[in-house]
Amino acid sequence: MSMQPPTSPPTVGLLAPPRLSWRFTAVLWRNFLVWRKLAVPSLIGNIAEPLIILVAFGYGVGSLVGEVNGLPYILFLASGSICMSTMYAASFEGLYSAFSRMHVQKTWDGIMNAPVRLDDIVLAEMLWAALKSVFTAVAIALVLVVLGISRQPTLLLAVPLLGLVGLTFAAIALIFNALAKGYDFFTYYFTLVLTPMTFLSGVYFPLDQMPHALQWVSRLLPLTAAIELVRPLVIGHPPAQWAAPLAQLLITAAVAGWVALVLTRRRFER
Amino acid sequence: MSQPVIFQAQELIKRYGAHTAVDRLSLQVRAGECLGIIGPNGAGKTTTMRMCLGLTQPDAGHIRAFGLALDRELLRAKQRMGVVTQFDSLDPDFTCAENLLVYGRYFGLPRAMIDERIPRLLEFAALQAKAGARPGELSGGMRRRLSLARALVNDPDLLLLDEPTTGLDPQARHLMWERLKRLLQNGKAIVLTTHFMDEAQRLCDRLIVMDHGRLIAEGTPSGLIAEHLEPEVLEVYGEGALSLASSHASMAERVEVSGDTVFFYTADANPLLERLAARRELRVMHRPANLEDLFLKLTGRQIREDA
Repeated sequence: MSMQPPTSPPTVGLLAPPRLSWRFTAVLWRNFLVWRKLAVPSLIGNIAEPLIILVAFGYGVGSLVGEVNGLPYILFLASGSICMSTMYAASFEGLYSAFSRMHVQKTWDGIMNAPVRLDDIVLAEMLWAALKSVFTAVAIALVLVVLGISRQPTLLLAVPLLGLVGLTFAAIALIFNALAKGYDFFTYYFTLVLTPMTFLSGVYFPLDQMPHALQWVSRLLPLTAAIELVRPLVIGHPPAQWAAPLAQLLITAAVAGWVALVLTRRRFER
Repeated sequence: MSQPVIFQAQELIKRYGAHTAVDRLSLQVRAGECLGIIGPNGAGKTTTMRMCLGLTQPDAGHIRAFGLALDRELLRAKQRMGVVTQFDSLDPDFTCAENLLVYGRYFGLPRAMIDERIPRLLEFAALQAKAGARPGELSGGMRRRLSLARALVNDPDLLLLDEPTTGLDPQARHLMWERLKRLLQNGKAIVLTTHFMDEAQRLCDRLIVMDHGRLIAEGTPSGLIAEHLEPEVLEVYGEGALSLASSHASMAERVEVSGDTVFFYTADANPLLERLAARRELRVMHRPANLEDLFLKLTGRQIREDA
């Protein structure tokens, strides 16, 4: 067929700068209202797993290992797993929950019939997943305080940083959300991306024990940067290096957020 | 027709690859009128609706709503529009009242204003008793009325309804029609797509007929029938009916065959009726021509590939 119609320029629209309005707050509020209905079971679910890991590994393995880098193993593990739990909480929200709203319930379509743009919704979903991961992080921090694992005032500084960690993983999750055909797709992301990342980022054991090549891979992972910032604060002192990991998280969040926006626009382009 | 034009689409074109879904379509809506868009599946009705909402970008053409260019001032224009889509997008986690509240926030309405409107909207939707129920507990008709109530939360001047009664039982459909008429009486303008010709006849002041993305006819329901059809129809079926199509063709202006039925379109059906009176094996139905006849004449009787 030689009768090609003149091609429209959709790519310009896809890559256009974000068009945002304050209406994203209404979408954020909507998600918060739903969460409030199920807050208690949701938080229990989010805390139960890290708590089990802390008890089983921290006390169990900790009694064998003793100290790591001069720290009690349970403190080493707790300071890493609070980052890991934040990552998982943001990822779950940005994958399964966002996909339910976007694809299954058609909530996004309903919202877009009102004066709210897709860009506003993507921003709201990103912020919401980050916020929800902070709820989890705060709950775990409280557990650390209650169990006496860490009662450092610097723990308070970890909270906003964990918000950034959540935002970064929310942005990455929304990339996969934009590409997903169904829930099955997310299993790959969890088993092939997130689970290996926990082993390469120093949650369970220090990185300097790993082969050099893997250490280089590890440097690029956002969870490594997160732990570099948050672990010292849980232990009770400011991070030795903060500029590089902070910049890494900010850049990862910005780039991933941008890619997620473009791919989501492409998904909704009809 | 002294009402001002509040919505105007000009020469809209939308292509998907080599397929032209909407081809140079223009339409306008005046304040307070009901415009129906009818056409077979795949005619471009939903794509047109989506373009009118800024959800699909036209490849060419312009849309103005309330004097605002839709591509540049989308949110301001949509502030005055209400939408009910074919498939509901109600929030399953919220009650009916919460659905209205949350939706009102998408329009940036103050909480107090929405709270004040919710009881009236629930009453309008005949859902006062269901304020605390979730959409999953409602019947199809109730859900559709809740979607309509939700579309009214911003007190819009223009409502866009995509097949508002598809899938509803007759009771629910009549209640929906009654509510839509009430909205029209209150001065709201409505654009609706429908596959039900009785719905188009009942509600619409004006109709546009679309096929293959193009506008093929436009007018009032009765005007379109008068313009395109003979006023009377005889539907004949039963043993030997099909042979009448040729043997009695001269007794009608137009004859169509569909399946086992022969349709005679004529200005005066009496001679043919008398001729067929003795044929007891035939079943004959005499009726005025209606929109369904118009629709089938303009768009053909064959089933569409993409239907």
